[in-house]
Amino acid sequence: MVICNSCRYCEGFCAVFPAMEMRRSFSSGDLSYLANLCHDCRGCYYACQYAPPHEFALNLPQTLARLRADTYAEYVWPRPLAAVFQRNGTFVSLLTSLAIALVLILAASLRPSALFTPRPAEPGAFYAVIPEVAMVGVASMTFGFAMLALAMGFRNFWRDTGGGPVVQTRSLLQAFSDVLTLRNLGGGEHGCNNRDEAFSQARRYAHQSMFYGFMLCFASTCTAAFYEHVLGLVAPYRLFSLPVLLGMVGGLGMLLGTAGLMWVKVQADPAPAAKAMLSNDYALLAQLFLAAATGLLLLISRDTRMMGVLLALHLGVILSFFLALPYSKFVHGIYRSAALLRNAAERPTK
Amino acid sequence: MTNLNELYDVLVIGGGNAALCAAITARQAGASVLVLEHAPREFRGGNSRHTRNLRAMHLQPTATLTESYSEADYWTDLLDVTGGKTDEHLARITIRDTTDVVRWMETQGAHFQPSLSGTLNLSRTNAFFLGGGKALMNAYYLTAERLGIKVAYNAEVKSLRLVDGAVQDAIAVSEGAPVTVRARSIVVASGGFQANVEWLREYWGDAADNFIIRGTPFAKGLLLRNLLDQGVAPIGDPKQCHAVAIDARAPKFDGGIVTRLDCIPFSIVVDHEARRFYDEGEDIWPKRYAIWGRLVAMRPKQIAYAIMDSKSEELFMPSMYPAIRANSIRELAHKLGLDENALEKTVREFNAAVQPGTFNSGSLDDCRTAGINPPKTHWARVIDTPPFIGYPLRPGITFTYLGVKVDENARVLMSNGQPCANLFAAGEIMAGNILGEGYMAGIGMAIGSVFGRIAGRETGKFARN
Repeated sequence: MVICNSCRYCEGFCAVFPAMEMRRSFSSGDLSYLANLCHDCRGCYYACQYAPPHEFALNLPQTLARLRADTYAEYVWPRPLAAVFQRNGTFVSLLTSLAIALVLILAASLRPSALFTPRPAEPGAFYAVIPEVAMVGVASMTFGFAMLALAMGFRNFWRDTGGGPVVQTRSLLQAFSDVLTLRNLGGGEHGCNNRDEAFSQARRYAHQSMFYGFMLCFASTCTAAFYEHVLGLVAPYRLFSLPVLLGMVGGLGMLLGTAGLMWVKVQADPAPAAKAMLSNDYALLAQLFLAAATGLLLLISRDTRMMGVLLALHLGVILSFFLALPYSKFVHGIYRSAALLRNAAERPTK
Repeated sequence: MTNLNELYDVLVIGGGNAALCAAITARQAGASVLVLEHAPREFRGGNSRHTRNLRAMHLQPTATLTESYSEADYWTDLLDVTGGKTDEHLARITIRDTTDVVRWMETQGAHFQPSLSGTLNLSRTNAFFLGGGKALMNAYYLTAERLGIKVAYNAEVKSLRLVDGAVQDAIAVSEGAPVTVRARSIVVASGGFQANVEWLREYWGDAADNFIIRGTPFAKGLLLRNLLDQGVAPIGDPKQCHAVAIDARAPKFDGGIVTRLDCIPFSIVVDHEARRFYDEGEDIWPKRYAIWGRLVAMRPKQIAYAIMDSKSEELFMPSMYPAIRANSIRELAHKLGLDENALEKTVREFNAAVQPGTFNSGSLDDCRTAGINPPKTHWARVIDTPPFIGYPLRPGITFTYLGVKVDENARVLMSNGQPCANLFAAGEIMAGNILGEGYMAGIGMAIGSVFGRIAGRETGKFARN
C-alpha cells in the first residue's frame, strides 16, 4: 500500500485510492476500512505496472480481499463465532441442510397428514402444513437475533475504523446512493475487470439484479405480514396480489443475479482473487439462489401435492439464511455500507 | 501462434504507445499489420506502461482538461525546456495534432480521468489516463486484437536489411528462434537505448554502471544502432536523456514512478563527501525535477543524499522506500555512510547562512541563504528539528534522446537527406527531432501518439487494395 500511495495512478478508479492518499501510515482500523471500501472491481490490478511478475508483485485486490475476510471474523458478534468464517462454505451448507431437515421433520411430526395432502391454495393452506405459531415465532426470533448481531458487527467496525458518533445527513445520502448504484464498481462508468483487461458491467448488473430482487422479496414478506396482521388476509394470496407479484419479480431477479454472479466468478481470472473469500461467496450465492428457486417452485406448485414439502423446503432455506446472516458473506453489505458512510463523512466537500 | 512467414503490408517494431498508434491507424486504413514486441505479454508496452498522461493542446475546457492551452503557449513551453534545440516544423505538427489525440484514444477504448491530486498541477495541460499507461496499453491491445492486428510477444528484431534506402526484410528472434520477417513497409517504434548499459558507457564511462533505468529493460537500442550503422541520419545528442534523481534503493530496471523523490526543494543535497553542490531551491520543482538526474550523474560515484529535518517531512509525496531517520546529524551521517564531521560541518554552515523569511512551500518564497556557495535561493530553512531525515539519490534514466531523423511524414531520412522508401519511425526513437534537450511532462506521449498515427497513416497507403 506504500507503493500505491507513492504511485497514485489508480486514483480515478474508486474511493479507495483517494481515501488512501489522505493517510501517510495505516492503522489496523484504517486497513479494515479500506479493505471494506474496496468493491473488488480489479481495475487497479490490470492497470498496475507493479503487478506480478514484476518484482514488487503488487496485487491490491487480493491483499484487500484477504484483509476483508479477516475483518468479517474480527468484528463478528458474539466473538467466539469468529471461527465460522474460517470454513464458511462448509458452515453455511451444513447449516442449510440442517435447517431444511429440521423444518421437514417438524412439519412431518406436527402435521403428518398435511405434508402430502393436495389442497387448493386457499387462505390458511400454508399454516395447515406448518402451524402459524411455529412459523411466525421462529421467524421473528431468528430475524431479531440476526439484526442484533449485524448491528453489533456494524458497531465494532465503526468504532475500530475511527468513525465518529454523529453522521451528517449529506454523508448518509451520499453513502446511500453509493450503495444503491454501486458507483465504485470500476471507475464509476466503465465497469470492472472480470476475466481480463476488458471492462464489463456484467458483475454490476448481476449484483443489482440480485440486490433489488432480494429487496423486492423482503418487501413481499413485509406486505404479506401487513395483509395478515392488519388487513386480516391470510396467505396464500392470489397470483395478482401485491405480495405474490413482488415475490415473483424479486425471486426472478435473485435467480438471474445469483446465477450471473456465479457465472462471472467461474470465468474470472483467479490471479487477483483471494481464495479465502471464494467459499464465502459461493455459499451466500447458493443460499440466495436456493431461496429464490424454492420460493418460485412453491408458487408454481402450490395447488399440487408437492406444496407441503416445497413449503417446508423453502422455509428451511429461509431459516438457514437468517440463522447464517451475521455469519455469512452477507455481512459484506453491512461493512461495505459502513465504509462508504465513513468515506462520505471524511471526503472533503467540493 | 502468429504467422511470421506471411508478407505483411506493415511491420511495426515495438509494443508501446507509438507502436500501437501506428498499428491501429494502419489497420484501420485497410493494411495487414504485424506487431513484433520484444517483451513478454506481462511487460508489454515499453515505457508507455509507466506513463500517466499526455500533454494536449486544447482551445476550451474539456472533460479531462481545464481552461485552454493554445498552440502558442505549448510552443513557448517547448522552446523554454529545449533551449531552442527542436525542429519547429515537426514540433508544431505535434502540438496541433494533440488536439485530436485524446478523442482518438477514447475511440480506441482508452479512458481518461478528471484530474486530481499529486500530479504537479498539470490539469490544464495534461490529460490523465484512468489507471495510467498500462491501462491505456491494455485498451490498445484489446482494440488491436479486435481489429485483427497480429501481435507476437517475445519477438526481438535484431536488424533491418536496408538496400538503397528501402527495407528488404527484418531479422528477428521470436520465442528464441531466428526468423526473417517480410513486409511492404516498416515502422520502428522500439524506443531509446537507455536499457543498454554498454552503450551508455560509451558516453558516460563507468558512471553508467550506477545509473538506474526507470522504465522497461527491453529498450536496448539494437535497431537504432543498426540503422545508424547503415547510414540513417542521426538526431540528438547521445549524452542527452530524460534523467531524474530517484531513490537509490530502486531496482535496476522498471521501478517506475514510485521511486521518485520530490523532497529536493525542501532539503539540502550533498554528495558522497557530504558537500553541497547545487542550488536546491533554484525554481519550482516541476521546472527543476528533470535536471537533478544529470546533476547526480556528474558527481563522483553518482550518488547524492537529500538531508532535511522533521519540519519538511510532510511537504512532498512519499516514495515507496522509508525515510532514513536519526536523532542527530552525526547519527544520520553514520546511517547514510557519510563522514559524520563533514556532514555536521555542511549543515552547520548552511544553517548559519539561512536568512529570515516567510516559508511558503507552494510558491517561490523569500527563504534563502547568504554567504555560501552554492546558495539555496528559496525554501531555505534551518535544519535543526529532530528527527533528521535522509534519502539516498541516484540518477534515474527515463529515456535517451539520440534517435533517427524523420520528416513530417515520419519517414526516416538517410544521412544524404534522402527519405527511405518504406521505413518510418515513431516514439522515443525519433523524439530527439522535437526534444533536443530538457523535458516537460507528457511530451513523450504526445510525440509518440502523433508520429505513431502519422506513421500509421503513411504505411496504411502500402495496403494492397
